[in-house]
Amino acid sequence: MWDYIKLVIFGLTAVLAVICANYARDLAYQVHAIIIFAVAGGMFVYTLRQVDEPKPVAATGYMDDVIRAGVIATAFWGVVGFLAGTYIAFQLAFPALNFEWAQGYANFGRLRPLHTSAVIFAFGGNALICTSFYIVQRTSAARLWGGNLPWFVFWGYNLFIVLAATGYLLGATQSKEYAEPEWYVDLWLTVVWVAYLAVFLGTIMTRKEKHIYVANWFFLSFIVTVAMLHLLNNLALPVSVFGSRSVHVFAGVQDAMIQWWYGHNAVGFFLTAGFLGMMYYFIPKQAEKPVYSYKLSIIHFWALIFLYIWAGPHHLHYTALPDWAATLGMVFSVILWMPSWGGMINGLMTLSGAWDKLRTDPVIRMMVVSLGFYGMSTFEGPMMSIRAVNSLSHYTDWTIGHVHSGALGWNGMITFGALYFLTPRLWGRSNLYSLSLVNWHFWLATIGIVLYASSMWVTGIMEGLMWREVDANGFLVNSFADTVSAKFPMYVVRGLGGVLFLSGALIMCYNLWMTATRGPVADTAADAPAVPAE
Amino acid sequence: MELYTILRAFADSWMLLFLFCFFLGVVFWAFRPGSRREHDECANLIFRNDDAPDGSGDDMKGAL
Repeated sequence: MWDYIKLVIFGLTAVLAVICANYARDLAYQVHAIIIFAVAGGMFVYTLRQVDEPKPVAATGYMDDVIRAGVIATAFWGVVGFLAGTYIAFQLAFPALNFEWAQGYANFGRLRPLHTSAVIFAFGGNALICTSFYIVQRTSAARLWGGNLPWFVFWGYNLFIVLAATGYLLGATQSKEYAEPEWYVDLWLTVVWVAYLAVFLGTIMTRKEKHIYVANWFFLSFIVTVAMLHLLNNLALPVSVFGSRSVHVFAGVQDAMIQWWYGHNAVGFFLTAGFLGMMYYFIPKQAEKPVYSYKLSIIHFWALIFLYIWAGPHHLHYTALPDWAATLGMVFSVILWMPSWGGMINGLMTLSGAWDKLRTDPVIRMMVVSLGFYGMSTFEGPMMSIRAVNSLSHYTDWTIGHVHSGALGWNGMITFGALYFLTPRLWGRSNLYSLSLVNWHFWLATIGIVLYASSMWVTGIMEGLMWREVDANGFLVNSFADTVSAKFPMYVVRGLGGVLFLSGALIMCYNLWMTATRGPVADTAADAPAVPAE
Repeated sequence: MELYTILRAFADSWMLLFLFCFFLGVVFWAFRPGSRREHDECANLIFRNDDAPDGSGDDMKGAL
């Protein structure tokens, strides 16, 4: 019966998509309609071939095939995102790379959202989905809930990414930072996200362990909060059901406030809470020691979610936003420093008594450095949110440097660590193909981030000082173009940092591929001793 | 009174107090006497059930 319902849904979707493609008012919408037609049509044929075939017996073990797919997707999108980022970094240094023949498709303005979405949502999002699926199963001692629903989440999310990315190149954007996809892509993400929440909650509710491990609390807060942020920041009226344009329900300073309430909590819950969930599982596992203080992890969790949600207004200092709101955001940002460092200390101290592992295990070194960058950017962030500092740093490249020390250092490194942890286990290998390649990756990535962050500090502060420099008569000394030309050497250094980071990621892909296909096979009998009753 | 004013007044008085007390409650709950054993158990649960969803034969097994 379910097969027939699926056939009807896929068939109708395909027909509707073709109709939409025909009436499409703009190119992006038309291309998206064709993509949706291809997907729905393909699924229709696939389902048709399965109808009335004997169904395979429902599996009972952990559902790991969807996590394997997630690991591959994470590595793939990571390389795409880093490549796009490195390219646009060189576009800023050498504007000639905005090729005339690709004008309107591959210039900086179109590629920049492609880069940010590819690293945050494609790389980071796939990492979060696959690690949360891995962790929630192991800590709940239960198979993922919902039958094939996790597969729907995985493919649905990746379809969202493809629609978002192609949309940016073809000009479909609602021009909200980190929330660029247009209305129908937002609606699709909402459906996928509800399914994700259902899978995650369903697994927790069918758990066979008494406790809900702290990592799952972080993941759950990430899923719930992102749902709330996404819905409120994307309230928009489409101009036509056959076009990609939409008009926002909010306007002016209200719209700005909601955008940065969204934007900062996307950082706080997508890039922080979710990745802290990874940290609280993978660091203790890799160190083979329980987390330093479970009590601290509970307080870390509640303090983080209570404070982060208020920090958004610090993006709107010296704007039409009332001063009290900006001050509120600034104060909460500064207080937020405490739980952030509490969490960092909790992660680092997990290694106490096992510090020698830093020397022998490059994977744990990667995780520890990610915590170091987490600590650094969660100190830098509150500092930059202070009004006086912000008056210098805002709109300069310092902000970009700050974002990248967090994103490359914290999110990137902890994800690399997680991928190195997961790949041997998911493909039944006893160890990684090569630890020295992990070492290479570690140093390339670390030096790359250092080049990136330090060049952006220099150029950002220089730029801020040049903008505010006035002569004896009170006239501005520098034109905007003066700052642009002064920044050139730092832009080249930043691009080189990107090259190093990207080559590290390519080495990782090779290493993971070789691990999965040719790594030393795990002796499962010896590897999985009978679990003693407690 | 305007809806904005009402909400604003509520947010920075009673709601603020409630959230603050809730947070303090969480902290006290984490440090309550007898929580150590439970937290140790929690912190160590990641070392079980690595390969199969069976559960380690403890607490919740059979309850579902």
